[in-house]
Amino acid sequence: MSEKKAYQERVQSGVHFMAGNYATVEGAIAAGCDFFAGYPITPANEISEGMSKRLPAVGGAFMQGEDELASIFAVAGASLAGAKAMTATASAGFNYKQEGIGYASAIEAPCVIVDVQRCRGENFASQADVMQMRWGASGDYETICLAPSSVQELFDYTVKAFNLAETFRNPVIVMSETTIALMRERLEIPDPKDLKILNRRYTHQKPGEYMTYKANPNQAPDFAPLGKGYHNLYSINPHDERGGIDWDPEVFDKLYQRITGKISENKDQICETQSYHMSDASLAVIAYGSEVRPALDAVEMARAGGIKVGLLKLVTVWPVAEKQIKEVASQVSAILSVEMNIGKYSREIERVSGGRCPVHYVTKNKGSGHTKEEIYQAIKEVWK
Amino acid sequence: MIKQNPQRKHIRDDKLPHFFCPGCGCGQVLNYFLRAVDEENINLDEMVTIGGVGCTARIPVYLKTDTLHGVHGRTLAWATGIKLHKPEIPIVIFAGDGDLASIGGNHFIHAARRNLDVTVILVNNLNFAMTGGQVAPSTPSELKTMTAPYGNKEPDFDICKLAIAAGATYVSRWTTDRPNQVIKGIKDAMKHKGFSLIEIISQCPTHFGRYALDSGNPQVLLDWIKDLTLTKTQADKLTAQEQKGKFIIGEFIKEDKPVYTGSSVYKEACQ
Repeated sequence: MSEKKAYQERVQSGVHFMAGNYATVEGAIAAGCDFFAGYPITPANEISEGMSKRLPAVGGAFMQGEDELASIFAVAGASLAGAKAMTATASAGFNYKQEGIGYASAIEAPCVIVDVQRCRGENFASQADVMQMRWGASGDYETICLAPSSVQELFDYTVKAFNLAETFRNPVIVMSETTIALMRERLEIPDPKDLKILNRRYTHQKPGEYMTYKANPNQAPDFAPLGKGYHNLYSINPHDERGGIDWDPEVFDKLYQRITGKISENKDQICETQSYHMSDASLAVIAYGSEVRPALDAVEMARAGGIKVGLLKLVTVWPVAEKQIKEVASQVSAILSVEMNIGKYSREIERVSGGRCPVHYVTKNKGSGHTKEEIYQAIKEVWK
Repeated sequence: MIKQNPQRKHIRDDKLPHFFCPGCGCGQVLNYFLRAVDEENINLDEMVTIGGVGCTARIPVYLKTDTLHGVHGRTLAWATGIKLHKPEIPIVIFAGDGDLASIGGNHFIHAARRNLDVTVILVNNLNFAMTGGQVAPSTPSELKTMTAPYGNKEPDFDICKLAIAAGATYVSRWTTDRPNQVIKGIKDAMKHKGFSLIEIISQCPTHFGRYALDSGNPQVLLDWIKDLTLTKTQADKLTAQEQKGKFIIGEFIKEDKPVYTGSSVYKEACQ
């Protein structure tokens, strides 16, 4: 196979030494992404750069929007036209995405948004957008948000993000970070046959029978293609099952019950966590994203010193893995919540723990991640 | 026997009565658009229509097409995404002056620059109507609006000139009281390959009329627009100063240029 031809393969199976932003690109292409729009912003630029090369080679479309809003709304448009669509930005740009996330949530357009978090205006490490990812847009809605902690996970979770977006017809956010996006490390891309890829679900009904928003409770409806006589109406305004604008409070209630219920009532299916050294733990560290790395090192240092501490890693940050966090809170005598901001998600952990055990905030807002020693110190202090 | 409007077949079954005020130009534009569709035998089943937010943006909500609606100013951004993925789908955008030239201004100039293959029907009622009659970038100078109680102290946009300067390849302007020209203009705009803009100066008796002209009577407003209207040929004989404050109507540009196809250009480059 020629080099050029190989480049036209969606799945670049094999072992690579790759930067996180490029791994995000490869994850998206492998998942079937066929539309990308982005606006220049550091440290997310390699995603646009990679997409501008890779997407056309596999038959997709790339555009550089005139602004962040153009990019997110082009993504929503392409999604409704049938594309698996993605945009990527970094914190300051993520502000602008909220308008589009609100629209895509309301009309149920699947799409993937990558936010490579940085500190205000600078490319320092941060996890400070964690609340904006959940609550950034106006109105009631639910978000799915995944937090990779390595280059490998940027690939894996981006694939996962596209699958979740198609399953729930919802925007899914890949919570990237400067730390991992600009880091190079080992990436193993599996064989295409070993990748689980979910594609768009289209209705079997004919125009006239089909209703754009008719779905089972807490489920997403099936799509009908554009331009085929289905007369879909995708309005952000409160709409009935046919998509027609309807101001009846009961219609409003039913719609929002389903739009939010399809995520909140399927939490256990969506939420993923990973446990390390938890079986006999009487202390637990809970971390997500890049903070998982020093947290795991610190837990292993503490274990070597005889401290019975474990780590719960949150793969899914939103919705909150309530079941798993409650289980941990019931098992241990204290939780250390580790994150790289002023202590935002720790409140969620405290809320979910519901007083079962104290939650200690181990937070850092200095433009750099925790060191393992810092977390180890915190563990030792709580263990005393 | 009650005769039905022949264009009624194109309106979603449960959507009438529409929500436009009595005397509003949006109903006329809806009618003109459907006349153009029938005269050109256009199949609405294949079309996507788009509205942002505003009175004009509601026009597509009544149509038996696939429709996107409800975010202010983002119509052309949606259209760009759809066109890059499915270039064969014809797209018609109904935009008010606020939607297109105020909050959506950046998308507007860039879609024109790219020569995105869509038709934009701009209903310019010279103010933000749905929100109660605020001043717009299209409100003529010195006129009063809800938020310009002492008269508008800003110059107004010539949206057609803006589109031409940005790269649009079909641009014309008409007024709601000229049905034949508007229908022909919409037909030409839809047939045109590339970014086409038809601006229709329209009457908003409820807000613009009452604030700016002290009259909620659509006839007064239509007469006011008519008195200020010049054809392109008439305007060409006047100085810039004499043209000031006038609505100049006609077809301003119609040219062929490559349309924005995004990936297919790159696709060739890759092969």
